[in-house]
Amino acid sequence: MLSQELANILYVIAAVFFIYDLKWMAHPRTAVKGNRTGAIGMLIAVIAVLLSDEFVVDGQYLIDIPTILIGLVIGASIGAFAALRVKMTSMPELVGLFNGFGGAASILVAAAALVEATHAITSGTHLGMQERIAIVASGLIGSVTFFGSYVAFGKLAEFLAVKWKLYPWQNVIKYGFSAIVVAGGAWLGSGYFGEDPILASLLILSAVIIGLVLLVKKDRFPGMDALKWISALVALVLGVMVVMNPENTLLYWVLAGYAGVLGVMLTLSIGGADMPVVIALLNSYSGLAACATGFVINNTVLIVSGSLVGASGIILTQIMCKAMNRSLTNVLFGTMGPTGDTPDADEVYKNVKSTSADEIAMMLETAQKVLIVPGYGMAVSQAQHAVRDLANLIETKFEGEVIYGVHPVAGRMPGHMNVLLAEANVPYDKLLEMDEVNSMMDSIDMAIVIGANDVVNPVARTDPKSPIAGMPIIDVDKAGTVIVIKRSLSPGFAGIPNPLFALDNSMMFFNDGKKAFNEIIEAVKEA
Amino acid sequence: MELVMLLTVFVLAIFVGFEIITKVPPTLHTPLMSGSNAISGITIIGALLLAGHVESPHLAKMLAMVAVIFATINVVGGFLVTGRMLNMFKKK
Repeated sequence: MLSQELANILYVIAAVFFIYDLKWMAHPRTAVKGNRTGAIGMLIAVIAVLLSDEFVVDGQYLIDIPTILIGLVIGASIGAFAALRVKMTSMPELVGLFNGFGGAASILVAAAALVEATHAITSGTHLGMQERIAIVASGLIGSVTFFGSYVAFGKLAEFLAVKWKLYPWQNVIKYGFSAIVVAGGAWLGSGYFGEDPILASLLILSAVIIGLVLLVKKDRFPGMDALKWISALVALVLGVMVVMNPENTLLYWVLAGYAGVLGVMLTLSIGGADMPVVIALLNSYSGLAACATGFVINNTVLIVSGSLVGASGIILTQIMCKAMNRSLTNVLFGTMGPTGDTPDADEVYKNVKSTSADEIAMMLETAQKVLIVPGYGMAVSQAQHAVRDLANLIETKFEGEVIYGVHPVAGRMPGHMNVLLAEANVPYDKLLEMDEVNSMMDSIDMAIVIGANDVVNPVARTDPKSPIAGMPIIDVDKAGTVIVIKRSLSPGFAGIPNPLFALDNSMMFFNDGKKAFNEIIEAVKEA
Repeated sequence: MELVMLLTVFVLAIFVGFEIITKVPPTLHTPLMSGSNAISGITIIGALLLAGHVESPHLAKMLAMVAVIFATINVVGGFLVTGRMLNMFKKK
């Protein structure tokens, strides 16, 4: 068996591997190697813990292999299945969901540590102040992460807070999850009912609130903010109570329950375009939860890895907020929408011109430099392959140059557009960042916007009163000609009209993204 | 271990995290998220520790076993899906 020192050395090695994993993520060339390094680091850490002398009791190595194996096999099968089967277009949902599993693990590890310690209290061991506070942090952050991530997953997979009719599988998840939460709360609560009816009822109440709120078909409803603050307050008060009375495990469950209500409330009102911020934030939370768990079991590798992930999530959150010129508080608590003096859409769209695939093909023939600006609409219509086909055709037939301009918050998670275009075999060095594209806008003969709206709205530069004022945008209005592919003139997430559509140098091609590109491809082939 | 030691590790790791992650380009933000998410599955260590203790109460073991399941989904799924995505990023 490994001595404690040796196990600790292996943990340090694992931590170094994780650092290299993230360091090598800085370039697509090294990223594959980085990811493998991280996986090896994880394997080292797992082997270290399994062989550590934590399992040595009275000089004998005793470990419950069946329990561990069952957990590992089930988890690995589900994880591998999900990871290998998911479509690239469903990536935001999957990332959202995976964040939640980390949170759930933290809630449960802290709970198990608490149960084990209180069991030991009777035989004389004591839970120190550090462990108590860490257990509270672990349960609190873990529960916010888990329930928040579930809501993010449900909103991205479009079965939570929507009014339309759902597919059977969506209904199964939606109602199934609510039923499990309520049943779980009722089961846990009823077990404690004899000891403490008030706390037990509070626990059941939290489960019922979560279960019911998840069935509401709106993302905002009256009393939502009140519930947000009350659940936060209750969770904090219970946190203090757990620290003072760690032997009462019921307190911990009530804490987790109300932290869950908080997690649901915080994410439920977040709209589509704000999703990247929330996904990044939940990513950060899942790291911090792991970190807190590290303080529970006094383990440095958890603390190091958790902090790395926490830091990474916070940086991404900041980048996303900056790209929308909004503060995190504004995203989480504020509302976004047309203000009183928003210009009338009919007035703005008076001079909109529409165009056809043939006309676009003709313009492409003479264009030397073409910029494609993708948005969420490209993901929805799964147009990435058609976009690539057109780009290849322009390059081979017309000898024009095609580049892509990706706004940091385009899509539903950080880097969403890049993953989709990479799936379609678009070389990554053709995907340019916003600033890079803007600095060369004068040389762009033609810009094609597909499924993006707010991120190309010049109002952000011109109207200081607009809800998107100051948000950095891709300045396609300064390109030679702008083609906007969109199904209608409906507003984007910010709910304001986009004067870009009516500019002299811009034309609308009203169509579904994928169909539009396929029609242009046909037209180019015939040209 | 001493609390101050653990806090030192925590603070230093946060700084290391900020330093290395600022260098990741927007193109790789999604793989960065799913990759770092796989790393946050490190909770698996805590879960294994508690699930493996032979003498701990039944409830603690059950909780820990479910935690092992969740953390393993996170780890295995996270690294695999990140690898799948990264394999798509190619230069011309």
